[in-house]
Amino acid sequence: MNKILSKQRLSQEVFRMSIHAPEIAEARSPGQFIILQMGGDFGERIPLTIADADAEEGSITLIFQAVGETTHRLALLEVGDSIENLLGPLGTPTDIKKYGKVVCVGGGIGVAPLFPIVEGMKRAGNEVKVIMGARNESLLIMEEEMRATADEVIVVTDDGSYGRKALVTEPLKELCEEWKPDCVVIIGPPIMMKFAALTTKPFGIHTIVSLNTIMIDGTGMCGGCRVNIGGETKFACVDGPEFDGHLVDWDNLLLRLGTYKPQEEVAHHRCHIGLEIPEGDA
Amino acid sequence: MHVSREELDKKAKAILEEYENKDISPRQRAQIPLQEMPAQDPQVRVTNMEEVALGYTENQVRAEALRCLQCKNKPCIKGCPVGIDIPAFIAAAAKGEHAQALSIIKESSSLPAICGRVCPQESQCQLYCTVGKVLKDVEQSVSIGRIERYVSDYARENKCETMPKVAPETGKRVAVVGTGPAGISAAMDLRRRGHTVVMFEALHKAGGVLVYGIPEFRLPKKIVEHELQNLKDMGVTIRRNYLVGKTRKISDIMGKDGFDAVFVGSGAGLPRFMGIEGENYVGVFSANEYLTRSNLMKAYAVGDALTPLFDSKKVAVFGGGNVAMDAARTAKRLGAEEVSIIYRRTDIEMPARREEVAHAKEEGVKFLYLHAPLEITANEKGRVNGVSLIECELGEPDASGRRSPVEIPGSEKMFDCDTVIIAIGNTSNPLIKATTDGIEVNRWGNFIVNDETCETTLKGVYAGGDIVLGAATVILAMGQGRKAAKAMNEYLLTK
Repeated sequence: MNKILSKQRLSQEVFRMSIHAPEIAEARSPGQFIILQMGGDFGERIPLTIADADAEEGSITLIFQAVGETTHRLALLEVGDSIENLLGPLGTPTDIKKYGKVVCVGGGIGVAPLFPIVEGMKRAGNEVKVIMGARNESLLIMEEEMRATADEVIVVTDDGSYGRKALVTEPLKELCEEWKPDCVVIIGPPIMMKFAALTTKPFGIHTIVSLNTIMIDGTGMCGGCRVNIGGETKFACVDGPEFDGHLVDWDNLLLRLGTYKPQEEVAHHRCHIGLEIPEGDA
Repeated sequence: MHVSREELDKKAKAILEEYENKDISPRQRAQIPLQEMPAQDPQVRVTNMEEVALGYTENQVRAEALRCLQCKNKPCIKGCPVGIDIPAFIAAAAKGEHAQALSIIKESSSLPAICGRVCPQESQCQLYCTVGKVLKDVEQSVSIGRIERYVSDYARENKCETMPKVAPETGKRVAVVGTGPAGISAAMDLRRRGHTVVMFEALHKAGGVLVYGIPEFRLPKKIVEHELQNLKDMGVTIRRNYLVGKTRKISDIMGKDGFDAVFVGSGAGLPRFMGIEGENYVGVFSANEYLTRSNLMKAYAVGDALTPLFDSKKVAVFGGGNVAMDAARTAKRLGAEEVSIIYRRTDIEMPARREEVAHAKEEGVKFLYLHAPLEITANEKGRVNGVSLIECELGEPDASGRRSPVEIPGSEKMFDCDTVIIAIGNTSNPLIKATTDGIEVNRWGNFIVNDETCETTLKGVYAGGDIVLGAATVILAMGQGRKAAKAMNEYLLTK
């Protein structure tokens, strides 16, 4: 049952795990996610995007940042341990087809779910350029994989510790002006997606974003993940998680993401006392 | 005034001394006072999640059973969606033969401990009860549901349930999608016939709405677990974390996986919103989300549960059904200072069980009738700070037969609150329809099925419960599960 087959530490807080889940591996497409739950009755359900899958081996790959209590607990599991509950694949797959020229923009941990989309877009015959950003060098992940797959990779860091010192929006704007892509895919922190989508808007370029909202069941039952898309309410879990970035009501999304902020601050404090992740290969 | 279980038991004992084992006339029987359901003190119960209704005592159940006139024409049966032989099981209960009473119920119903608690008896069996008619008050009818609950609890607690016999293996395999009431009853009947049954549940816990929706204080989860354990003991496999339509399509379940037939009881899992401004502000929840957080995710156990709860002081719940009552009473227990149910019609049109409405009122939930919401408002941080309402009056009856609310122009007013819970029903979850060719749905997205067999428009695929009925009741879902199982059995034996 959902045994962990391999585990690597990609950076201080970021981990890659391959997990035995044959049915999900067979059914999933790029852009889809899983929900996992652990810790018995009191555990929470959290959504994580599937970073990769191997249908033959019957495994899926998750890349996650240990930020909350559940991801901390997950990071403490070792090869051979099992994840109690794993549901997927959820959501609708990315609309991968031949657009022509595609820019894929990843911020922080968002680079992980972006990777299968880059692969998919290449396979569909697109020319693909990747912009990947992080706060600093130590938080950059999957650069090698990206370089091996995309036609060009532009790396930016907020502090200039690696690559270009810039936000992703700078090179994105330049590409929009000079390279004129037909489609832009953006995955990252919501505030980054908001400004990246605003960057492509004046150019009228089709822009896809992947929204990581609050979720419980992931099947459309609770409606906690609802978002305003072009004035209509949609459920990120079943209608998304990907939407037209130019139609998203970003301010409402950001407000809704802060629903449990007071409670989360307490929980975050708690998980940093009780769940120290031992140093390992970063 | 709250009356303790001990006092109620004492009164029942006196009744038994006067009437039991005596030749008494129907008139005398109808004069025996109705046995009240013992309950936790309202002041106490709003501070805990434990079951509110404590269940009859042995004396009470026998006293209540004495009220049954054993009518020759058995009018109550026609009010029961699954046709339980009600007078027969009550006669057995009157004699203290509770295991026998339960066997009689189980001939027609698979989940009596649950239905005894959650069925709307006053609009089903008890509506037709002669005692209620004679006394001109449906609330004075024989308490059929309470007796049903007692005998089920008795048999479970004293381990004298008769387990259903499983016929020799037929070699046929059936997939049951969903582990709620429809799925449980279909699975039980199909397994009895000797078919291999695998149930698929999307969530990490089985039980469907019985687990994520109905709160612990109304239906203890250990009762649901017990029923699921009975299924497993009969040889039914339950696979959790498996979303049919996503993890695997129905076509693959019937093709690649070799299942001979499928029963879909996936429920009405798509909450309806009101379609007004402000519904996505912070502090607006579907009742599904609110209840799922508390029930399934155990968020009420603050400190233990990782799933957070919204900090509510003043809560407005929209709707008048059982789910609205559940949400309001949950909010009270989670520490809200003031909880109001706001309903467009009046008390008598509310579809909730009478007992739930009474319990909610005892617990201090306020009721604001004849008001409809116009817009939800928020502060500068996008957090709810009120709802603008408009007064209504009752007009002509609508399609549901209830008088429809008509807004009174110029009667707008503000209602201050920090939380809004929307409990106006669910529509069908489109997931299976969207991933299965050949299944047809009506304009509300409900599966179209044959009335007699519950077969969908796709051969070998049957459906029942809320996915067919829209938002209905546990007993109706169960009835459809049984009906489908009967037809599926015939289909499998001729296949």
